[in-house]
Amino acid sequence: MIRAVIVMNTQGKPRLAKFYDFQPAEKQQELIRSVFGVLSSRAENVSDFVEADSIFGPDTRLVYKHFATLYFVFVFDSSENELAMLDLIQVFVETLDKCFKNVCELDVVFNFNKMHTILDEIIFGGQVLETSSTEVIKAVEEITKLERASNTISLVPKSVSGWQAR
Amino acid sequence: MGSQGGWGQSKDFLDLVKSIGETRSKAEEDRIVMNEIEILKRRITEPDIPKRKMKEYIIRLVYVEMLGHDASFGYIHAVKMTHDDSLLLKRTGYLAVTLFLNDDHDLIILIVNTIQKDLKSDNYLVVCTALTAVCKLINEETIPAVLPQVVELLGHPKESVRKKAIMALHRFYQRAPSSVAHLLSNFRKKLSDNDPGVMGATLCPLFDLIIADANSYKDLVISFVSILKQVAERRLPKSYDYHQMPAPFIQIRLLKILALLGNGDKQASEHMFTVLGDIFRRCDPSSNIGNAVLYECICCVSSIHSSPKLLESAAEVTSRFLKQSDSHNLKYMGIDALGRLIKISPEIAEDHQLAVIDCLEDPDDTLKRKTFELLYKMTKPSNVEVIADRMIDYMISINDNHYKTEIASRCVELAEQFAPSNQWFIQTMNKVFEHAGDLVNVKVAHNLMRLIAEGFGGDDEGADSQLRSSAVESYLRIIGEPKLPSLLLQVICWVLGEYGTADGKFSASYITGKLCDVAEAHPSDDIVKAYAVTAIMKICAFEIATGRKVELLPECQSLIDELSASHSTDLQQRAYELQTVLGLDALAVETIMPSDASCEDIEVDKSLSFLNGYVQESLVKGARPYIPESERSGMADISNFRSRGHHDSSTHGLKFEAYELPKPSVASRIQPVPLATSKELVPVSQPTYPQEMSQAASMPSVPETGPSELKLQLDGVQKKWGRPTYSPTVPSNSNSSSQKAVNGVAQLVVQGTVGPKTRDVSYDSRKPQVEVSPEKQKLAASLFGGSSSKTGKRPTSTSYKTTRVHSHAAEKSQIPTATVASTEHAAEKAPQPPPPDLLDLGEPTPGYTVIDPFKQLEGLLPSDASSVANSGVSASKSSDIMSLHAESPMSGLIGTVANMGPTNLDSANLLSSLSNLANRNVHGGPAAMQVAPVKKGPNPQDSLEKDAVARQVGVTPSGTNPNLFRDLLG
Repeated sequence: MIRAVIVMNTQGKPRLAKFYDFQPAEKQQELIRSVFGVLSSRAENVSDFVEADSIFGPDTRLVYKHFATLYFVFVFDSSENELAMLDLIQVFVETLDKCFKNVCELDVVFNFNKMHTILDEIIFGGQVLETSSTEVIKAVEEITKLERASNTISLVPKSVSGWQAR
Repeated sequence: MGSQGGWGQSKDFLDLVKSIGETRSKAEEDRIVMNEIEILKRRITEPDIPKRKMKEYIIRLVYVEMLGHDASFGYIHAVKMTHDDSLLLKRTGYLAVTLFLNDDHDLIILIVNTIQKDLKSDNYLVVCTALTAVCKLINEETIPAVLPQVVELLGHPKESVRKKAIMALHRFYQRAPSSVAHLLSNFRKKLSDNDPGVMGATLCPLFDLIIADANSYKDLVISFVSILKQVAERRLPKSYDYHQMPAPFIQIRLLKILALLGNGDKQASEHMFTVLGDIFRRCDPSSNIGNAVLYECICCVSSIHSSPKLLESAAEVTSRFLKQSDSHNLKYMGIDALGRLIKISPEIAEDHQLAVIDCLEDPDDTLKRKTFELLYKMTKPSNVEVIADRMIDYMISINDNHYKTEIASRCVELAEQFAPSNQWFIQTMNKVFEHAGDLVNVKVAHNLMRLIAEGFGGDDEGADSQLRSSAVESYLRIIGEPKLPSLLLQVICWVLGEYGTADGKFSASYITGKLCDVAEAHPSDDIVKAYAVTAIMKICAFEIATGRKVELLPECQSLIDELSASHSTDLQQRAYELQTVLGLDALAVETIMPSDASCEDIEVDKSLSFLNGYVQESLVKGARPYIPESERSGMADISNFRSRGHHDSSTHGLKFEAYELPKPSVASRIQPVPLATSKELVPVSQPTYPQEMSQAASMPSVPETGPSELKLQLDGVQKKWGRPTYSPTVPSNSNSSSQKAVNGVAQLVVQGTVGPKTRDVSYDSRKPQVEVSPEKQKLAASLFGGSSSKTGKRPTSTSYKTTRVHSHAAEKSQIPTATVASTEHAAEKAPQPPPPDLLDLGEPTPGYTVIDPFKQLEGLLPSDASSVANSGVSASKSSDIMSLHAESPMSGLIGTVANMGPTNLDSANLLSSLSNLANRNVHGGPAAMQVAPVKKGPNPQDSLEKDAVARQVGVTPSGTNPNLFRDLLG
C-alpha cells in the first residue's frame, strides 16, 4: 500500500502532501521535515530508494525523484515494488507535464487542487488505480469540462504568467 | 489547457503564494500565514459570501494547513461545501474534507448523508468523487451506512466507477475485515470483469486476502496464471502498455500473488513455471519498468517451489542488475534479489563477491544498508569476524539512532550465533556496547550475562571458566574508561561480582576498589550503583564463605555510608544488606550467597503453602478469612478486564445485547456478527440510519456523543458483571516457564556453534597479497571463501589459489576437487554465447577488474618490453599463477611454453591466446591442456606461443569488459 505522496521543493517547502492513512497536521509537518532531512543529505547519483522505517514506522520505504527544483516522494510498504513506484512517479510527472505544458514548480504551487485531482486518478485509497497518463488526462479533462459546465466561475486572466516569467 | 487557466484563483491567493515563496526565513513565513489565517477567519464568517469566493477560501485553508498551521476553524465550511450541487464546489469540498478530517472526526457524521446521496447520483463523476471520499472518511462504524450503495456500484456501467467501488470495498476490508466478510466473493467475481482495468483493481484486495489466507485461494492459481500469460503475450489493448511493456503493474501484482500462492506448494508452483520462464524471456531489460517486472519474477521464483531452470534465469538477471555500474537502483534491486536467491542456493553469492563488496563501499547509504542486510543473511562461522567488524565500523560511522540500534542488535545476534572464540565474542560485545551504548536493548545485556554465566560449551567447564576469566580481564581493562554506557557498566559490575575473584587472579580488595570507583564515577546512575553495591556484596560474601577475613576499604565503607542515606530505597536496602552480610558467619553467608549459583533454578512456592500453619493459627484466633481479589466485586480494574476481554470475550457468562438495541450499527461493530446474519444487518440499518442522520444535521453534538456514551456504559456494565476470573498467578506462571524456554533456546544456539575451526582458512586468505585491488580481494576471500568446496568454483581467482597453495598440506588435497568442479563449471557455461573463444573471457575473473584491456593491447602491439613495463602491476600476479602451476604436474610443460619467443602480434591472435590462457586457467589439468588448443585456438602451436607471450607480459583476461573484446573481433 502507498502510505503517502509528498511533493516538496529543494528548500523543503511542501508543495503537495497526501497521506493515505490519516496523520494530524503537526505530524505531517514533522514527517515532511524528516523526509526532507533525509533527501537533502543524499548525494547525486545514488539510488532513488531510502528505507524509511525510522520516519514512517516499520516496513516502509520511500522512492524519490528529483526534477529541477522539486522532489517527488512516494512512501509505501513492502507490498509494492520499488522500481514500479519509480515509474509511478514518472507517470505522475508525465501527466502533470501534459496537463500543464512543461510543468514547473509554479504550476504545482498554484494548482495544487488540480494536482490532487490528478493524483486521485492515479492512486486511490493507497492503491495504484491507473498507470496510463493518457487515461488519467482523459479523466481529468472530463472532470474539468463538467466542472466548467456546472458553474460560471470567471476565469483568472492569464496575467499570472507574466509574473511567472520573471 | 493553459497552465493557470480554468482554476480560478484570485489575486489574493496568488499574492499569498508568491509572498510565501519569497520568504527568507521560517519566522517570516509563519507571520504571513498567521496573517492570512486572521483574514480568512474574518472573511469566512461574513454573511452571503458568493460561492466562488468561498471555494477560494477553502483552497486557501488547505494551503495554509499544508504549511503546518491549524485551519480547523474552517472545517465546517468545507463540510458545507460538499452539499453543494455544483460539481466543482462539491469536489473542492470533498478534497478539503478528505485532507482535513480524520475518519473519526466529529464532523464526519455530517458528511455521511451527503456521501450516501452522492453515491446514488446519475453523474458518474459525482459518484467517483464520493467514492474517493468514502475511502478516506468512512470508518468502522459508518461502513454499514454506505456499504449497500458501494456494493451496488460494483455493477455500474462505467468501468472507472466499478474500479473505484472495488477499491473502496478493499479499503473497508482493511479497516474492518468483519464488515465485508460476507462480500469477499465479489472480489473473485470481479476478477472476470470485462474490463482489464477492473480486473487489475481486483488484484489489490485479492492480494491482501491471500496474504491473510493463501489456502482458500489455491483454486485461483490457474486463473491467475492464465491472466498473466495473456497479459505477457500482449493480448490486452494497446492502451494498457506502459513504455512498451504490456500492463506491467498488473503483471507485478500477479507475480506477487503467485509468489504467495506458490510458496511451499509444489503443485501450484508447477503451473507457474512456463509463464515465469516466458516473462524472463520477454521482459525488456533496458527499461526501468521491465526491470521492475524482472525483479518481481525473481522474488516469485525465490518464493515458490523453484525449478533449476528458473533459478538459473533468476541468477542471470540478478547478475545483470549487479553489474550495472551506473545504476544504483538496479544494484540495490540486485542485492535484494541476491539476498532472496541465496536462501535457495547459497553458492550464487560467490559469483558476485566483488559486486557485493563494491556495494558495501558505495557512498550510497541505502545501498550500503541493503548490502549489510545481505551479509547478515549469509553470515557463517567462517566469515562472521569480517562481517561483524564491518558492521561495527559502519555502526560507529552513522548518526541515525534508529538504524544504529538495528545494526547493533544484528551484530549481537551474529556474535551470539557464530562466535569463533570467547575472546572474540566478548571483545565484539564490548565494542557494540561501547559505541551503540544505551541504544542496545536491555535484553541484549541480560543475554550476555546469561551467556557468560552458562558458558559456551555446555559440558566443558574449563572453557566456561576461561570465558569468564577472559571476560573479567577485558572488563577490568576498560572499566576505567570515561563515558561507558550504563548498560555496559551494569554487565561489567555483574560479571565482576560473580566471577571477579573466581579464578584467584585478582584480589577481592582490588575488585571491590574498582567497583567503588564505578559507583563513584556515576553518581547519578542509580542502576549502576545498585549493580556495583550488589557486586561488592557478592565478592565479600564469597570471601567470607571461604573463611577469609574481609577488610573493607575506606572508600568502600564511605560508599556504603553514602548509600544508606540515599534517596533511593532500593540503594538503601542494598547498602544495609551488605552491612548485614558482613556481620554474618561463613555458614550463613554460604547459604545466602552461594558461589557461582546464578544459573541455579530458584524454586518458588507460589501457593505459599509454608504459610498454611500460620494462616490456620490466625483463623483459629478469629481472623477473617482471605477473600481472593477476584471475588471482591467491583474491585477489578478496567485494564484487567480489558486484557481478558480480548482473549475470551465469547466466554462471558452474561450477554449484553439488550443494552445495544437502540443502535444496530453499533451492535455490528461491538460484536463481530456471524456471516449469515450480517447480510441481513446491512439493510436493517438502512432505515434507521438516515433518520439519525437528519437528526444529526440539526444538532450535531448529540448523535456523535450518543454511540460513544453507549460504549462507555457498556464498559461499565461489563466491568461490573463480567465473569471475575482474573487470577494473578497466571502471569508469573507463564513468566517462569518462558524464561526456561529461553534458556533452552540459548543453549541450543550455543551448542550449534561449538567448534567453528574453519575460520582459520579465511584468516590465511587475508594475508597481504600484491594484487590489483588487494583489499577487496582480501575482503572477498574472507567473506565468501569460508567453505572450501564452494570456493573451488572460482578457479581463476588467484588469490584463492595462492592461499590454497601456501596453506598447509592438508589443504592441498582440495585442489584436485576444486579443479574438477571448475571444469564442470566451465563446461556448463560453454554453450551459451555464440563466439566460443570469448566465452572464457566473459567468465568473471574478479581479481583483475582494474586492468584496462585496451591499454594492455596498446602496450603489447609495439614491443614486448614496453608492455611488460606497462602492465607491471600484474607481473607479480602472473608469477602467482606460475607458482600455482608449478605445484601441479603440468609445470614442465608450462616452462617450455614460456620459453618460446614472441612472434607476430596482431590483435586477433593475441585474443585467441588470451582466451587460451583463460582456458588453461580454468581447466588447469594436463588433459584439458591438450584439448583446449585444438578445440579453441585456430592453430595449436600458434596459440601456445601467444599464450606464452601473454603469460610473460602478464596479461590476463578481464571479465569486466567482455563486450570490448567482442567489438574488437567484429
